[in-house]
Amino acid sequence: MSAGGPGGGGLSRRQFLGRGLAVVAAAAASGCRVEELIGRSFRELSRDDVARVLARAARRQSARFGRPVTVDGAGPLPGVDFGYGLDLSRCIGCRRCVTACVKENNPSRRRPQIQWIKVLELDKARGVDLAHADAYYEADAVPRPGHFYMPVQCQQCRKPPCVKVCPVGATWKEPDGIVVVDYDWCIGCRCCMSACPYGARHFNWAEPDLPADELNPSTHYLGNRPRPKGVVEKCTFCIQRVRHGRYPACVEACPVGARKFGNLLDPESEIRQVMERKRVFVLKEDLGTQPQFYYFYAT
Amino acid sequence: MAWAWPRILLGVALGGALLLEPGAARGADGGPAPLYQAEPPPFTPGIFPCTQCHQGPGDPTRRRLGFHDDVQDRFDHDAEHRWCLDCHDNADRDVLHLSSGERVPFTASYRLCGQCHGDKFRDWRVGVHGKRTGQWNGAKTYYLCVNCHDPHSPRFKPLRPDPRPQRPEEMGP
Amino acid sequence: MGRLLDFAGGCVRVLARGNRAYRAWVALLLAMIGTGALAYAHQARLGLIATHMRDQVSWAFYVGNFTFLVGVAAAAVLLVIPAYVYDWKPLKEVVILGELLAISAIVMCLLFILVDMGRPERFLHLAPLLGTPHWPASLLTWDALVLNLYLAVNVAVAAHILYRAWRGRPYDRRVVVPLVLFSIPMAVSTHTVTAFLYSGMAARPYWNASILAPRFLASAFCSGPAVLLVLFQVLRRTTGLEIKDEAISKVAELMAYAMFVNLFLLGAEVFKEYYSGTEHLLYTQYFWSGIGRHRALVPFAWTGLACSLAAFLLFLVPRTRHHPVTLNLGCALIFAGVYIEKGMGLVIPGMTPDTLGEIYEYRPTLTEWLVATGIFGVGFLVFTALVKLAVPILSGRLRASGTAAGAPPALAPGAAP
Repeated sequence: MSAGGPGGGGLSRRQFLGRGLAVVAAAAASGCRVEELIGRSFRELSRDDVARVLARAARRQSARFGRPVTVDGAGPLPGVDFGYGLDLSRCIGCRRCVTACVKENNPSRRRPQIQWIKVLELDKARGVDLAHADAYYEADAVPRPGHFYMPVQCQQCRKPPCVKVCPVGATWKEPDGIVVVDYDWCIGCRCCMSACPYGARHFNWAEPDLPADELNPSTHYLGNRPRPKGVVEKCTFCIQRVRHGRYPACVEACPVGARKFGNLLDPESEIRQVMERKRVFVLKEDLGTQPQFYYFYAT
Repeated sequence: MAWAWPRILLGVALGGALLLEPGAARGADGGPAPLYQAEPPPFTPGIFPCTQCHQGPGDPTRRRLGFHDDVQDRFDHDAEHRWCLDCHDNADRDVLHLSSGERVPFTASYRLCGQCHGDKFRDWRVGVHGKRTGQWNGAKTYYLCVNCHDPHSPRFKPLRPDPRPQRPEEMGP
Repeated sequence: MGRLLDFAGGCVRVLARGNRAYRAWVALLLAMIGTGALAYAHQARLGLIATHMRDQVSWAFYVGNFTFLVGVAAAAVLLVIPAYVYDWKPLKEVVILGELLAISAIVMCLLFILVDMGRPERFLHLAPLLGTPHWPASLLTWDALVLNLYLAVNVAVAAHILYRAWRGRPYDRRVVVPLVLFSIPMAVSTHTVTAFLYSGMAARPYWNASILAPRFLASAFCSGPAVLLVLFQVLRRTTGLEIKDEAISKVAELMAYAMFVNLFLLGAEVFKEYYSGTEHLLYTQYFWSGIGRHRALVPFAWTGLACSLAAFLLFLVPRTRHHPVTLNLGCALIFAGVYIEKGMGLVIPGMTPDTLGEIYEYRPTLTEWLVATGIFGVGFLVFTALVKLAVPILSGRLRASGTAAGAPPALAPGAAP
C-alpha cells in the first residue's frame, strides 16, 4: 500500500537493525513509543504492519478524544491521477471552502489556527500580483467591487520541492498525485515550508486545539488524522474522501461551483473537460513545480 | 450552504419525487425526460403544481399582474423585453416551453435556459459550469441552473464571507 | 586504557583548577546555560509557539544563529591553509586553536538545529541505518553529514595532537597531515552546503541566488578569524603560549581580503536587485528600507553594514591593522557585522514577505534570546575547557606522569615514529 517511494528495498535491512541496537539506543533515549523514534515510516511498512499501525492509531485517537475514531489506510486507486481546477471568474471569496475544509480535516482551531486554504483578495487592476494580495479582508458582502479572489492551497506538484528537501522522507507523493505527510515520522524541521512556493504547508506550533465535539471521527492515516504538536500538515485533496470516490469537501461546499475535481487520466472527468475547453494556468509556473492544481477563467 | 435564493425557495415537498434518474421519468406533458440526474428545482413551498390556480390558458397580453408580487418585484431577467408567458406555458402552467413551443418540465429547465445561454449550457453539460455532488468517479447529482440562479433575477447575489483567518500576530502562546 | 584514564584524570584536574577570573567566567557560562535550559524547557512544554516564528516566517533566529556559526566553524581553514599547504610556521603553532574553535562552533550549530526542531526526539530519523535519511536529494541530510564529519575530523586532529603532546611526543604526520588537508574541503563544504540549503529553494527568490555560497564563505572568513585574533592576544597575555605577531598580522591581512570580497559580493547583489527592480526586489527592500510601515530590520541592516565597512577600513589600513586597540575594535565590528548579516539579514528577509505576499514582522521572543544565550554558553564553555586543556599541554606544563615536564613543545611535527 501507499507505494510510490523508495524504501521498499530497505525493509529487510531496517527490520534487522530495528531488532538490534537501534531499539536499545532509542528506548534508552526516551522510553516510550520506540517505533516512532526509529525504524520505519508509514510507506515502508509491510501489509501486516500497516493493519497494526492503523489499529494502534485508531486506539490512540479514540482515547485522546474520548470518542470512537476510525483511521483508514486506503491506498491509491489504480489508473487515477487527481487534478483540481479553480475557476477564478466564479470565485466570490466567501470562504465557504475554508470553513468546510476545517470541519472536514481536523486542523487546530485557534492557538495555533491552521487553515489549509487561504483565499486571497486581489485587485482587478493589478491581476495576479501577490505583493498586493490580502487574505484578511472583511466585508458585509463579497465579491467587493474592483476585486477578485484567488484561493490557494496545496497544488500537489508533480515535482514537489517540499518532498525533495525533506531530510527524513516523511513526506512523499502518492501514485494518485496526492502529496502526503507521515505525522509520526516528521521531525518538524520545516524545510518543506521554506521550499513550498505556495504557503501550503502549516506547522503545529503548539499542541493542536481541536475540541472533541468538533472532531471529524472518520479519518485517514495520511490525511485528516488529528496531528500531534510540532509536525507539518497540508491539504491532501481530502484523501479520506477522494480515495472512496467522494469529492473533496471544498468542492462540495463551493456555492458558485468554482471548484472542479477529477481524474486527469479520464477524458470525461470534469477537470479534463475544463482543460479541453478553457485555457488553464498554474501558479508560479516559472518555478517548474508542475502543479496538478489548475486555475482557469471560464468566462 | 449558502445559495441565496434556493435557501428561501427550496421546495421540500417535491424533493424526492423530482430527483430523477436519467430516462426514468417523463415530463409532465409527456415530453422528453430530463437528461441529467439533478437536484430538484427550488419551488416556493405550496406553489406547485401551478394548475392548482391556473386552469386552462389565461390572457396572453403582457401586463402587470395582481398576483406574484414577489416575483414581479425582483424580476430583472431582461425584464424590458420579457414576461411570464415567454417561459411559462400558457396552456399548461405546470411546465415551461421553449421558443419553439416545445414543452419542457421544470426538471429540464436547463433546456430553456440553454436557448439563450448556449455557452453556459455546453459548459454545464460537461461539468465545467455549475456544480455537481456525489462521486467524482460515479453517480453525480447536478445542480440545475435554477438551483444557483433565481430564474427571475439570475445574477448571483453577494454573500457575507466567513470569518477571516487569524493573523500571525494574534496567535500568541 | 590506563593511560587514557590518566589523561582524562589530568584533564579534569586542570579544568577544576583556576584563578578567580576563570571561576567567575565559568560561573557566568553556567548561569547562561541554566537560563537557556529553563527557557528551552518552557519552549518544549508549549511548543515552538513560544517563539515568534509562524507559518509566514517559519525559520528565523535559531536558524540564523546556526548559519552564522557554521561560518565561524569554517574559519579554522583560514589558519590551516597557510599553515599546512604553504607550510608557514608561525601559524602552524596556533592552528589547533582554530580547530578547537571549529569544534565549539559545530556543537553550537547542532544545538541550534535541535532547538529549532518541532520533534527533536525524532532526530534519529536523520541517522543513516537507524532512520531514513532522504539522501542525496535533501540538502539538510548533506548538511548533517558534512557538519558531523567536519566535527569528527577536528576532534580527531585536536585529540591526537593534544594526546601526543601530553605524552611528550611529537604528533604523527601521517595521521595529522591527511586529516588536516581533508578538513580544508570539509570546511568549505560545510558552509557551501549550508548556503545551498537556502539557495536551492526557488520559492524564496532572496536566497535563490548563485552568489549565496561565495558570500557565505567570504563572510565566514571574516567572522571566525575575528574570534581567533582576539583569543590569540588574550592567551598571549594570560598564558605562556607563544603566538608570534607575524601570525596575528597574517591572519588580519587575510581577513582584510575576505572583507573586501564580502562587501564586493554584497554590492553586486544589491546592484542587481535594485537596478533590475523585478518583483524579487521586495525582500532586499524589506531588509534595507522596509516595506511601508514594516521596518523592523532596517536598523539592523544599516548597523550591520556600518560595522562591516568600519571594520574593513580598520583592517585595510596597515597602521590600524597592526595596532592592538584598532585591531580588536575591528574584530568586534566585523563579528557584529557578520552576525547581523547572517542572523537577521539572511533568514528573515528571505521569508518576508512570504510566498503569498504576506508581510509578518518577526522579532525574536525573550524565550528565543534566552535559549540562544544558553547555547552560546554551552559553546563558550566547550571552547574554554578545550583551550584550558590545550594551553598547558602545548606549553609543556601538563604531561603524563613519567615524562619530563617542560619538554620542548610538541607542536613541531616529528618524523614518523
